[in-house]
Amino acid sequence: MAFAQALVARAERRLPSLTRTRAAESLPIRLHRRRIYILPTRSGLGFALLLVVMLLGALNYQNNAALLLTCLLGAAVVNSMLVAFRGLNGLRLTQLRADPACAGDPLPLHLQFDADGRPRHALRIDIDGEAFSFSLDGHGGETTVGMPTERRGWMRVPRVRISSTQPFGLFRAWSWVAPEQEVLVYPRPLHGPPAPPGAEDGKRRERGEEDYAQLREYRFGDPLKRVAWKASARHDRLLIRELDSAAHDAPQRFEWTMLHGVDRETRIGRLAGWVHEAHAAGRTWTLVLEDARAIGPGADHAHYHRCMTALALS
Amino acid sequence: MSASLRGESGQSRHPWSRAPWPHFSQEQTSAGSLTLDARAFDLLCLTVACTLAVHLPHMPAWLGAALAALMLLRWLQRRTRRGHIPALARFALLIALPLAIVASYHTPFGRAPGTALAIGLLVLKLLESERERDARMTVGFCCFVLMSALLFTQTLAMSLLVAFALLPGLATLRALQADAPQRRELGLFKPGAGLLLASSPLALLAFVFVPRLSAPLWGAPGADVARTGISDRMSPGDMRDLLIDDSPAMRIGFDGAPPPANQRYFRGVVLWYFDGRAWSRGVTGIRNEVPQAVTSRGGLTHYEVTLEPTRRRWLFALDVPVQAPDGARLGADRTLDRSRPVDETARYEVTSATHYVLAPQIDPALERAALQLPADYDPRATALARSWRARFVQDDAAIVRAALDLFRSGGFAYNLAAPPLGRDSVDDFLFDTKQGYCEHYAGAFAFLMRAAGVPARVVAGYHGGYWNDYAQYLLVRQSEAHAWDEVWLSGRGWVRVDPTAMVRRVLFAGTADGGDGSGEDAWWLSWSDRLDVVNRLWDRSVIGFDALRQSTMFTPFGIPHLEWGELAIGLAAGIVVMLGLGLLVALHRPGAPPRDALDAAQRRLQEKLGKHGLARQPQEGPRDFFARCMLALPGSRPELAALARTYLQLRYGHAAPPAEPVRAYSRAVRNFRARRVVK
Repeated sequence: MAFAQALVARAERRLPSLTRTRAAESLPIRLHRRRIYILPTRSGLGFALLLVVMLLGALNYQNNAALLLTCLLGAAVVNSMLVAFRGLNGLRLTQLRADPACAGDPLPLHLQFDADGRPRHALRIDIDGEAFSFSLDGHGGETTVGMPTERRGWMRVPRVRISSTQPFGLFRAWSWVAPEQEVLVYPRPLHGPPAPPGAEDGKRRERGEEDYAQLREYRFGDPLKRVAWKASARHDRLLIRELDSAAHDAPQRFEWTMLHGVDRETRIGRLAGWVHEAHAAGRTWTLVLEDARAIGPGADHAHYHRCMTALALS
Repeated sequence: MSASLRGESGQSRHPWSRAPWPHFSQEQTSAGSLTLDARAFDLLCLTVACTLAVHLPHMPAWLGAALAALMLLRWLQRRTRRGHIPALARFALLIALPLAIVASYHTPFGRAPGTALAIGLLVLKLLESERERDARMTVGFCCFVLMSALLFTQTLAMSLLVAFALLPGLATLRALQADAPQRRELGLFKPGAGLLLASSPLALLAFVFVPRLSAPLWGAPGADVARTGISDRMSPGDMRDLLIDDSPAMRIGFDGAPPPANQRYFRGVVLWYFDGRAWSRGVTGIRNEVPQAVTSRGGLTHYEVTLEPTRRRWLFALDVPVQAPDGARLGADRTLDRSRPVDETARYEVTSATHYVLAPQIDPALERAALQLPADYDPRATALARSWRARFVQDDAAIVRAALDLFRSGGFAYNLAAPPLGRDSVDDFLFDTKQGYCEHYAGAFAFLMRAAGVPARVVAGYHGGYWNDYAQYLLVRQSEAHAWDEVWLSGRGWVRVDPTAMVRRVLFAGTADGGDGSGEDAWWLSWSDRLDVVNRLWDRSVIGFDALRQSTMFTPFGIPHLEWGELAIGLAAGIVVMLGLGLLVALHRPGAPPRDALDAAQRRLQEKLGKHGLARQPQEGPRDFFARCMLALPGSRPELAALARTYLQLRYGHAAPPAEPVRAYSRAVRNFRARRVVK
C-alpha cells in the first residue's frame, strides 16, 4: 500500500496534468474525458484475479458454458468501468459558496453542480483528507462539505477530488478540481481574562436580580455564566438571562491597545472573543484596530462580520 | 458585512445565530471497514441462497438442508442484532464441515465433494460477514461457486439459471455504494441486469476468440465419471449414461459428399459371445483370423476421422471398412484394432464401402461362434424362435422379417428408462416389459436369430451424426452410440439389421400422425420440439465450440486454420473495437443541446472571408469585423451589410435564435461570393 501511494505521488509529480495542480481554474469547471482518470480499486483487482481463476478453470475443464459465464461477467466488469466514467463525464461545478467559520473549525463549502441531464449516484468528494458522499438528480444540485481550516485570513480552496466507484465499486473514476477561489477564515475567538471592558458595568449590575428583564432561549455563543440554571431545569431547556434594555444599550469599546503582554495572534483572538461574546449577548460594541481605525458602533450581524473580517485580515 | 469569498460567487448570507453546522454526510475514510446495513446483508443472503439453490440438485439432501437452515438462522440473528456468530461456534462448524463432506462422499477430492465444500465455506463466510470487505469477498466467491455448477451440467436451462443467479450478487455490490437509492429495492438490480445485457456482445466476442486449450493444464476433466464411450461388453442398461451424454465422440470429414443419413453406421466392436446376461467380444481367436472378404457394390468412401480419447484400443469406421488405416489392424469381423489405447485425440483416414457384400462364404468356426447360446436361459424366447424355424423351414430371411414384425407391432416402445430385467433377461424384455433401447433390441434380436439357427452377431458403434455445414464435417456424439445386428444369409453374406429402428419408426409415426393425441398433446409436442431445437442449437453452437471448431471457424472465409496467436490478435482487436463503441455510448450526452447552427454558418462565412486575407482578430467583435470586411471588399458591400444586419439581429436579438431565419442566413452565407471590385 505504501508503495502504491509512493507511486501515485511520483505520478502526480511527473504528470502534472494527472492531478491538475498546476493552475487553478475559474468556474464553471466541466469534467470531461481528458481529466477523468480510472483505475481499479482494491476489490476490483481482487475481482480481476477471480475472473482469471474462473477463466483458467473453464478452459481447463473445456467447459464452454462456464467460459461463456466468465466472459459475460468479465465483460460486465469491464463495462462497469465505462459506467464509472459516465458517472463523472459532463458533470459541471458551477458555483462555490462558503459560510464563515473560525480557524480550526471546518468551513462549510457549498458546491453547486450541474448534472448535465442525468442523475449521478454515489459521488464522493475528498477535500484535505475528509470524504463526503452525495448524489445528484438530473437537474444537479448542491452539496456541502466541511473544509478543514487552520489559520485566519484568506485561504485558497484546496484541490478537490471528485470521484465515483459506481456501480459495483470495482473501478474508481476521479477528477481533480482546483477552483480559483479563496475563502475567508475568521480568527479563532479566545475566551478568558481579561474580561472585556464594560464588563465591570455588567458585574455591578449582576448583583441585582432585577436587572435581568427576561429569559430567552439559549443561542450558540452565549456565555455559560448567563445560563439561568434553575429556570432551565424547570423548563427542560437552556434559558439565558437577557440583560435589561439599559444593559443592552450600554456600548462597549474593544481596543487593540487594551491588551498588553500577549503576542499578536493571542491579541487578535481575544478581540475576536470579545466581539463574539458581545454579538452573542446582543450588545452594542465598537472595535478599534491596531491602526486606530474604529469600526462601529453597531450590534447587528453585518457589524459582526465586518469586525471579524477586519480581525481576520489585520 | 464584507464578502468572505473572493472570486466570482458571493458569500452566502448566513445569520450567525443559525446552527453553523450544516449536516455533513461524511464518510468514514477507511474503506471496507463499514458495517453492512440491513439491506446489503439481505441481498448478500439472497446471493448465497441463489448459489446454494443452483447446487442443490447434486448435493446430498441433508447437507443442502443443513446449510439452508444455517443460513436462515444467521439471517434471523442478523435481523435482531448485528454482530458475528460467536467464534467458537464458527470454529466448530469449520471443523464439522469437512468431516461431514468426507462422511458423505467418502473422499474430500473430486468435483462433487469439492463443490460441496466450497458452498459450505460460503455459508460459513456469511456467518462472519459484518463488513463491506466481507461482503465483497463473499460475492466474488459466490460467482466462482456459481460457475462450478456448470461443471455438472451445461444445459441451456442451467446456464441461464446461473446467469440469473449473478444478479443478486451484482445488486449486493451496488448496495454497498455509499448512496444506494434508499427507496426501491428493485432499483439495485437494474445496473447489474443492464450491464449484463449490454455486455453480451463483448462476452460473445471474447467467448469466440479466447483460445481454447487443446490439453488440460491439470487433472483429467470429468475424472469423476469415467467417460468410456462404447464398451466391449453390453448388457441391458449399460449404455444409458452414454446415450444422455452430449459430448462429442468423433468428427468425420469426407472426401466428397457425406453418405446419406440412413447409411451412417459407424462400426466399433462386434460382440460374438452371449453369456445369458451380457454380450462381449468373446475369444480373441475369431478376430485374429483373416478379414472376411468384402465386395463393394458401389463407390468407395474415403474420409478422415478425428476420434476423441476413448481409452480403448479399437477405432470406429463407417460400415464397412475395406482397408485399415496406418497403425491399425483389420479384424476378421471387419473391426479396426490398434496396439495402444486411444488416450489422446486420434486422427486417421479410412476407406469404406457403403454398399457391399460381406463374406458370401462363412467360415465354419465363425458360423459356430455366430450361433453360440448359453444353455438354460430364456426358454420362452427360444420356443418362439423355434416356432418360426418350424414355420419358415429354410427361409432365413422370413425369420428375420418375423422378428422385425414382432418388434414393429408387438407393443414395443423405445424408452431410455427401461425397467430392470430378471435372470431370463430376453424373456422378460420380449414378453413382459417390452420397453428398452438399442441394447435391449439388438441383444434380443440376436438371441432370437441364434435360437432359430440363423448366424447373428451384435455390432456396437455409433449411428447418425450431425452434419456441420460450415466446417464441413460430421459430428458424432456419445449420445449417438448405438447397437445393431448382423445376420448371415446365404448368398447375401452378413446383412445389417437394425431392430431398434422398427420401434423408433413406430414411435415417430405415431406422433407424426397425431392420431390419438389430443390437441393439448400436439401443442405440447410442438413446444417441446421447438425447445429441443433451441437446446440443440445451444449444444452445437456453444457447448460444442471446441478447439477444433474454433481453429476452423474462418474456413468459409478462406482461412483454413487459426493459430493461437491469430486468435489472441482477433480477441484484442475485437475488445478494442467493442470498448471503443462502449466509450462512444458513454460519451453520448442525451441532454446536450444541438450544435449552434448560427455559429456554424458564421464560421463558414469567416472561412470564406479568410481566404481573402480577412481573418477575424481575437479582439474583434462581429460588428467591427463586418465593417472591416465591407471596407476591404467594396464589391460585396451590400451583401455583407445584409449579412451583418441579419447576424447581429439573430445573435443578439434572441436568447435562442429561431430556426427558420437561421437556415435562411446559412443559405445566404453559402451563396455569398466575395468580390473585391464593384461590378
